[in-house]
Amino acid sequence: MNLYRKRRIINAINLTLSMVAMAFGLFWLGWILWTLIDKGLTAVSLDVFTKMTPPPGSSGGLLNAIAGSIAMTIAGVAIGTPIGVLAGTYLAEYGQRGWLAPTTRFINDILLSAPSIVIGLFVYEVYVASTHHFSGWAGAFALALIVIPVVVRTTENMLKLVPNGLREAASALGAPQWKVIVLVTLRASKAGIITGILLALSRVSGETAPLLFTALNNSFWSANMNAPMANLPVVIFQFAMSPYDDWHKLAWAGSLLITFGVLGLNIVTRFFFRSKTTLH
Amino acid sequence: MTTSKTESREKIQAFLDIAFKLLTRFFAFAVLALLAGIIIELFVGAMPSIKAFGWKFFTSSDWDPVNNKFGSVIQVYGTLVTSFIALLIGIPVSFGIALYLTELSPAWLKRPLGIAIELLAGIPSIIYGMWGLFVFAPKLSDNFQPWLIDHLGPLPGIGVLFQGAPMGIGMLTAGIILGVMIIPFIASVMRDVFEIVPPTLKESAYAVGCTTWEVVWNVVLPYTKIGVVGGIMLGLGRALGETMAVTFVIGNAQNLSFSLLDPGSSIASTLANEFNEAFGNLYTSSLIELGLIMFLITFIVLALSKLLLFKLGKMEGEKT
Repeated sequence: MNLYRKRRIINAINLTLSMVAMAFGLFWLGWILWTLIDKGLTAVSLDVFTKMTPPPGSSGGLLNAIAGSIAMTIAGVAIGTPIGVLAGTYLAEYGQRGWLAPTTRFINDILLSAPSIVIGLFVYEVYVASTHHFSGWAGAFALALIVIPVVVRTTENMLKLVPNGLREAASALGAPQWKVIVLVTLRASKAGIITGILLALSRVSGETAPLLFTALNNSFWSANMNAPMANLPVVIFQFAMSPYDDWHKLAWAGSLLITFGVLGLNIVTRFFFRSKTTLH
Repeated sequence: MTTSKTESREKIQAFLDIAFKLLTRFFAFAVLALLAGIIIELFVGAMPSIKAFGWKFFTSSDWDPVNNKFGSVIQVYGTLVTSFIALLIGIPVSFGIALYLTELSPAWLKRPLGIAIELLAGIPSIIYGMWGLFVFAPKLSDNFQPWLIDHLGPLPGIGVLFQGAPMGIGMLTAGIILGVMIIPFIASVMRDVFEIVPPTLKESAYAVGCTTWEVVWNVVLPYTKIGVVGGIMLGLGRALGETMAVTFVIGNAQNLSFSLLDPGSSIASTLANEFNEAFGNLYTSSLIELGLIMFLITFIVLALSKLLLFKLGKMEGEKT
């Protein structure tokens, strides 16, 4: 009886600890989101969307940073998506034999978790160092390199969900393989692939480290992708690390925008496509 | 006439087939080339520093841009210590969360709770950093750190870890925040591998009278231990390379201190802080060598993680 009670008690303690762990995880999420709402909402005003980043001590907004972020993110996703979709297609459709597919799959999974600052260093070395100036394009390239592994992984997963019967039916009607892939399997997994692209979008919109050495920053309005470009994450970094109160406020406003943008996109994506796309 | 038409059409299609295959193959190869390119490019960039310091780079704790003397000990130490603290926090919490999600949670709560934990991974790391610097660090320096200094500081042995002033920022703070950041990664791998345990195994254990905890500890965990280690490695890989959150709260001091409360620096934070301001060839190249070291370490850790998870999947495939 004594042993029985002891086992029951151990069970109760450990299961309680498990609930505490769950609460612990939710506690941080709640704390961070609450901080953002608390400090960010008071800082968000119309000015944030209509004025440029100010010098310290004067009022301003984040317009150039928001625009720069959007431009670079779109360019990055636009460059990375076709590459990722085609590579993912190879892995899923032609990847049954040979050494290339398993190796690429393995390396791609590593790139998925690789430190993003190294991507920044890489783009700096190949692009910025040879053009001798920071630029929006360099930032977009760095983001594209982060987009690629995400899109490759989801594209492959989604294509593998397409039942083989569809492929066989199309082939039986005499369709050549490229038509089977483009017109049948890729089309059948369209929703899943779009999910992957959206996930990649949400992943790169908060990335800071790879932009530090590539896009740098710009205090003024610039639509020139060939020049240093303002972007929200780097502006937040610079403003938060500064000693000025106005800058801190703008940094909080920017943080609120980014976080809720990214999390919103995340949640919408999950509901838009409920199937499991594990990304790790 | 018609036969030659179909023949030529067949030829075109056959050509397009090959072209499409080669096109996708080319981009699959491009992913491989990207990795090779990163390693080669970093290696080339690090060459001046490798030539100048050789193996001494790994044993020297100099970080002296003025006299052009560089070594990696401070940054590697900071990276490893913060990642270790992160694992100390991340592993038990993630295990608890995975246990809760797979065994305890009511079915209707599983999905929302799972998503909530995964959202922790969605928060950009710069937000963790800013929150850490302005909200979390002051709390730590007001409450937790003075307690550590008073109670653990005088102890022999581990006391050396808790010396100094309660500044809020430092390696301990960075480690704790990293711990929170890697929870979603480890927890979701653990949850996924716990779910592949065949129900019959668990039911048999329940049938002979095991408690839930005993089932998890003696059946689920042994069955999935490869995958669990793989998940932990994945978290470690994330922690080693995490940049912005650490940069905000680690204090960015280039000095070697055993106290966890002192500011230090990690490889990533040094890169983020100094790369754009680096002057001179040797300084830049030493920073790139740091980046190369970090990339190689994370590469090995992540590769191990993938191999372990792959092995578990294969084991699973053989059984069914």
